[in-house]
Amino acid sequence: MKKLHDKPADQVKSESGSFNALMQRRAFFRYAGATAAATTMILGFSSCDDDNEEMMPVEPDTVDLGSGDTGILNYAYALEQLEAAFYATVVDRSLSMFSQSEQQIMQDLKGHEGIHRDFLKAALGSAAIPDLEVDFSSIDFEDKSNILATASTFEDLGVAAYNGAGQYLENAGFLTLAGKIVSVEARHAAVIRDLISNGTFSDSANNMGLDPAMMPADVLKAAAPFIKTKISANNLPK
Amino acid sequence: MNIFKIIEDIQKVDPEVYDRLDSRRQVFKNMGSIGKKTALAAVPFALGSVFQKAYGQSSNMVLDVLNFALKLEYLERNFYTQGLEASGLITDSAARGAIEQIQMHEAAHVDLLKSTIESLNGTPIDEPTFDFGKNFPNWNSDYQTFLTLAQAFEDTGVRAYKGQAANLLNNDTVLTVALQIHSVEARHAAHVRRMRGNMGWIEGAGDNSNVPEGAQAVYAGEDNVMQGGVNDVKAVGAGYSVAIATAAFDEPLSKEQVAQIVSLFE
Repeated sequence: MKKLHDKPADQVKSESGSFNALMQRRAFFRYAGATAAATTMILGFSSCDDDNEEMMPVEPDTVDLGSGDTGILNYAYALEQLEAAFYATVVDRSLSMFSQSEQQIMQDLKGHEGIHRDFLKAALGSAAIPDLEVDFSSIDFEDKSNILATASTFEDLGVAAYNGAGQYLENAGFLTLAGKIVSVEARHAAVIRDLISNGTFSDSANNMGLDPAMMPADVLKAAAPFIKTKISANNLPK
Repeated sequence: MNIFKIIEDIQKVDPEVYDRLDSRRQVFKNMGSIGKKTALAAVPFALGSVFQKAYGQSSNMVLDVLNFALKLEYLERNFYTQGLEASGLITDSAARGAIEQIQMHEAAHVDLLKSTIESLNGTPIDEPTFDFGKNFPNWNSDYQTFLTLAQAFEDTGVRAYKGQAANLLNNDTVLTVALQIHSVEARHAAHVRRMRGNMGWIEGAGDNSNVPEGAQAVYAGEDNVMQGGVNDVKAVGAGYSVAIATAAFDEPLSKEQVAQIVSLFE
């Protein structure tokens, strides 16, 4: 509860806005405040918001993402680990084949994905899945177009993953947090697409103007060739 | 924290609290199981989520969010439609192609939001009259001014949708559609920013966004570095610069903040 005081007033207000609009009852504000305070806590628990009592069994050597909001955040953490490792390798091995302005973009992408990964790890605390082992053997880091194509795959996949996972989050604070990250992924996706072919920034959208939203199982299947560690999404909310 | 005491207190101002909670998710059964397997410290979390579900949303709130979004989409559609019609404004073919695609998406968003509102038995608001020249008289004669406003609208749109996501927590279908629009707006924003020679992402409170003083409201709060209980997100891992830490997270705007920005064009 103490953490509430660490939070700027406007942020508390915006997170409890849903209550304010509906309730307009002063006495309730204290409890809305409690929600805001609760969302500031670093996750130090496992699956408290899980509706299912029974956990699906997981094969040995398989990393289980877990259930409830924790599971969804671990799912995001897994994807951010993949992206961060990819751009770190690009910056390490391939930077010189990019123009100066492209190099800045690659450095920024490495930084953004790195901080997403490290932030999620910190937020998940003891509930965080272990470090994943990536498999980039199919990527040619000597080939710029292959690097950009892979980056585009990862960024579009990340956007679709967050878009599809939002509905499984129970906690409003986490939903907003996922929203803060997904739009940055979408900015990345647009820029990478434009680097490949200028003007294709939002060609991902359908004729209703909607970006894809993908379910975790499909996302993990698409990411599987790049991740050595076996991941189980069996306990994620459905 | 005594959960039942809290609920009793709430009952004093809301006699229907038990009905709300019970009809939702058999809350007391769930709370029992939470207690069994969770450390006490996590209870406020669960409790918050329960109340959020019970009180956070009604269909009216979902309709309010959809009409709020519809107004922004009307604004964007109108802006790009007029911009494309203004003679001599957008002459470069790549630029026209991009603006045409963005206009097409905004028009599709208008149609989709209207039909969604109607499907929920709501009434879509009529298109307001916008006055883009009110504070920017050369908006449709000066290409750079036009692009500056386009950037401001797109970055505002991203922040506006983000600010409403939590209000849609209880309607998975509408939430997902809103997220699918939200990421398209972010793609537009990144492209328009780069058409102006900016990076695609927002560092600090708009430090790298090249907007005039009057448009700073669009980027207010984007310099936040406190994320999800991590007091200084710059400090995670091996540490990150302010530019990276602020650009890696887009920040929401409240309805009031968005209304303030939109009022510059009404």
